[in-house]
Order: sequence, then C-alpha cells, then structure tokens
Amino acid sequence: MIENKKFNTSYNYAFIDETTKKEIRRKLLKAVCIPGYQVPYSSPEMPIARGWGTGGLHVTLAIIGKSDTLKMIDQGSDASVNACNLRDFIHMTTDCATTYDTVEATIIQTRHRITEEKLTDKQIMVFQVPQPEPLRMVERYEYKTRQMHAESDYAKMWLTLYEAFVKWGAVMHGADYPVMVNNRYIMAPSPIPRWDIPNLNNAECLYLFGAGREKRLYAVPPHTKVEPLEFEDVKFHIEDFSDVKCASSGYNIAYMDEMFQDDGVSKKFYVNDSNFLDKLLEKKKVIQHSNKYLNKIKDALQRK
Amino acid sequence: MHYNENNTPKDWVLKVENLTKIYGNYTENTIANTGPNKGTNICPETGSIVACAEISFELFPGEVLGIVGESGSGKSTIVKQLFFDMEVSMGAAFIRPFLNGKVNIFEESNQKKRFMRNHLMGMVYQNPRDGLNFSFSSGGNIAEKLLMADIFHVGKIRERASDLLNKTEVPVARMDDLPAYFSGGMQQRVQIAKAIANNPPLLFLDEVTSGLDVSVQARVLDLIRSLQHELGIAMIVVSHDLSVIRMLTDRTLVLKHGRIVERGLTDQILQDPQHEYTQLLVSSLL
Repeated sequence: MIENKKFNTSYNYAFIDETTKKEIRRKLLKAVCIPGYQVPYSSPEMPIARGWGTGGLHVTLAIIGKSDTLKMIDQGSDASVNACNLRDFIHMTTDCATTYDTVEATIIQTRHRITEEKLTDKQIMVFQVPQPEPLRMVERYEYKTRQMHAESDYAKMWLTLYEAFVKWGAVMHGADYPVMVNNRYIMAPSPIPRWDIPNLNNAECLYLFGAGREKRLYAVPPHTKVEPLEFEDVKFHIEDFSDVKCASSGYNIAYMDEMFQDDGVSKKFYVNDSNFLDKLLEKKKVIQHSNKYLNKIKDALQRK
Repeated sequence: MHYNENNTPKDWVLKVENLTKIYGNYTENTIANTGPNKGTNICPETGSIVACAEISFELFPGEVLGIVGESGSGKSTIVKQLFFDMEVSMGAAFIRPFLNGKVNIFEESNQKKRFMRNHLMGMVYQNPRDGLNFSFSSGGNIAEKLLMADIFHVGKIRERASDLLNKTEVPVARMDDLPAYFSGGMQQRVQIAKAIANNPPLLFLDEVTSGLDVSVQARVLDLIRSLQHELGIAMIVVSHDLSVIRMLTDRTLVLKHGRIVERGLTDQILQDPQHEYTQLLVSSLL
C-alpha cells in the first residue's frame, strides 16, 4: 500500500489548514489597515464551540510559529480552566513555548483583560470577543449597523450614554466601554474593564480582536488613537480602588478582584492580574502601562 | 403675508423640479396615461402606480406652503421624498443653505443626505411613533437630534431640550419620562420640539393634527403658528384638512392623482377655487 504522508498526521501544524490560515492572515492585514473596522472571516470549525474563545484561537493559530512564546490569560489569570485548556491545545498543535511571564511572551491571548505590565512592539495581544458590534445594543439589524458605521452615524450610540447619565447620574458601562478608533469607527474593545481602556490608546504593541461566533476580526495597530466615548462635561473615568489594598501584596494601583471570604460576609481585594501579583510578591521590577488616568491616581497617592 | 413682490424667484430656500415617484415598471407613456384628466394614477399599460408626478414648486424663506388633497393623492410622498425617507423616481430639488442651492440634493451621497436631514431639515410625522424613539426619554429624543449635529455637552443639551419643551408647552419636569407615558397631544409637541431642535431652515409637517382631538388640534396649530412667527422657519404643511391649511399657510398646492391641479394664495383658493376638484373640496368644507 502506498503511504499517504499528507494524511499521516491527523491535523495540520497549528490545527487549521494552510489555506484557511492564509485567509485569516489576509483578513487580519485588512483589519490592521482599517483600524476598528470589523472584517468578516470564515471562522472555521474548532474542537471547541464557537463563542468559547474560537475567535481568539483562530487569530493566535493563524499568526503563531515555532519560535513564538505564548501566554494565555483568562480574566487576568494564567491558571483558570479556560486558559489552561486553550494553552495546552495550542502547545499541542504548534510545539510553541508557553509562559506565565508577560514580558517573555510574544503572543498573549486574553479573555477580558489587558496585562498590567506594559507591552512592547515585539508583542501581539489577541482578544477573544463575544460581541464585536458596539452598535448592537442600539440596533439589532446587521445591515443597518453596517450602514451606520459606513456613514459614521453614531448619534444613537451617544444617546444611550446620555440616557444612562440621565437615568443613573453616570455612564454605567462597566465592561466593553465603547471607544472611538482613529476618529473614525466606534469599536467594542471586548469586555475588558474600564481600567484597561486607556491602555489601548497609542500602544506600542499590536492588538488583534477575534469574534468566532460572530465571524468578525478587527485590530488596533500600534500608535493608534483610541478614545473612550465621553461628553465634554461628563468624562470617562476608570475604576476607583484608592480606598482598598490588595490583601496579599498591599498594592492598589492595579485592577482588583473582590473576593468573598469563607465566612461568606467579609471580603478582601486582590490584584486581578495573576502574573503581575506574583511579580509584586517576588519584589521583581515591573513596568506598568502609563496613561493619564493612572498618572492621576499615582499623583493623588503621592500627595497623600 | 410673506408672499410679496420682493420674493423674486431667486429668493427661494427650496426649489423642486419635476419631482416624480412611480411604483413598478413604467414606460414613457406612463405619466401621460395617468393624472387627473385620466381620472386615475394607475397606468393602464404597465399597472405601475404614479404616486406623484411633475411636481414643481418653490418655497421662500419664512413662507408656509400648504399641500392639500384627498388621501392617496401623493401629498405625503412629496415631503417624504424631500426628507429622504423615500427614494425618488425622477426629478430634482435644491436647498439654498446646502451649497447655495446649486446641486440636486437627490444625487448626493447618503452621508450628505444625512447631513441635510440632521442640520437643515425637520420633519413632524402624523404618528409620533414615526418621529420619536419610544425607548428613549423625551429629552433623549431631542438630544438625539442635537448629538447628530455634533453637540457633545450634556449640560448644553439639557438646557436646549428644556428650552424647546418650554416652547412647545411640555412640562420640563417630565423631560426624562418616556414619550410612551404622554398623551397624544404631548407626544406630538415633543415631536415638534425634536424637529426644530437644530433651528432647521426647513420644516415639513405631515398631517400633524390628524390623529388629535379638536381641542388639542387647536393648541398644536397655535404652537406651530407661534413658532413660525418667532423663528421664521419655512414650512411645508401637508393636510387633507382645509381648515388646517387655512389657519397655517400662505400659499397652497392642490393635489389630485399625484398632480398639482391648482396653486395660488390660500385665501384665493378658498374664496375662489378654479379647478372643479378644488371647488368640490371647498364646498365640502364643514
């Protein structure tokens, strides 16, 4: 019998076949060329269901090579089930190196957080996006939202912010706060907390977004202007942790988790980014993102 | 009162030429085969429906033009096309504030059309559900129009909204309530407030009082008249109701089967109608 080498292995390098990877890369190039614009793509079948991180996986698998070092985080943690499984899967199909260390990684796939540590121009951050369409909450038809993007018709989006302010005295979007990219497209930054939004602006690294279920890719290239939507008199602000401290490190200029203790009543705060917390505990040197919101917090702390 | 000899044809704010809307496939005979003379607006050859055809008129600054006719005569079609709610089949329109009235507005891009809608025009529909978004507060509805015109200051927006609601006699205390909780007359007044939020030079009123009871009708008409006096907006008032036309307008077009059968000063048309259809309309006025 003639041995068929092609089908000897049960899957291609990085699981997805080369033609599809090429397609995804082409779409990614388009996404980088038009910052904030949602590019439709094939969203091929994966061994996990669409909507469970497939968009991020597609992007990571399409751009990863053997020399890459992968870090995988889920809500700031390297060790959660989702992060572990996806990291194992990518390692299994690509043989790439993996790490917990933010600085060592070349590709970071993330679910709903940006690392506290500053990223460099050698790094790519890949987001898993559940809902890529920021206008979906005001307009349910895709053909209409596309037209709205095409014509920069964003009054309805602004109106939801106005209505939120009128109803509750503040703009209440906690995660997935809509941003304006490059003065042109309103973009969903994926459900990252407000804390991370300013770090999208004028970054050194490349941010790629993949929404597997909705079949959309988009990107924020390095040094792109990304601004949260805000009124002239009602400004965007990030979460305030000035009156709490991390229970294990004592640090408080980072995004915090609020943990209920075993008694079910008392609660403590912990730094959300697990690798960042580890480094704080080991007293390693860390360089955080800097943005005007963080700087304000730091200034206020110094004055105290 | 605004129609005098000083208004030479060069003064218009809106000029409409040969505006035509036909549903279905049509041939060159379609327009000749339909109209008041033929007694139909359905083409016998093709079965296409001529909603309006060969509509030409000019609107002058501060003038109120009435369009009157029976239901199905094409009144609403005209303003809906001018407000870009509907595609046109043929024809041209020019607006003075947009590039000095040199370009046909129907040939502009969607983006430009949106600009004209948001900055230069206002529309009040018969049904407030068409003009208002019922899931947003009434203040929010007015804010939408201001946000479209790139005003991103909540304080200023709220100030302007309460001014407008004051002007249209809606209690400012109810600014943050949903229009769904308002009476029909109040909804209509919120709609008018929204339509004039950006001080548009052009305002279209499509059967604004038709769904309201008589006492509320009178107040809304009063409001429109005082706004017109105060702001000097040029308006097109579409109505099947001659008393509305008599009360609001300076000049009137009478429509039948999609054509203008008579035009002139409103007083003249009501006192001395020339066309037999107009005579019928006037004589059936209660």
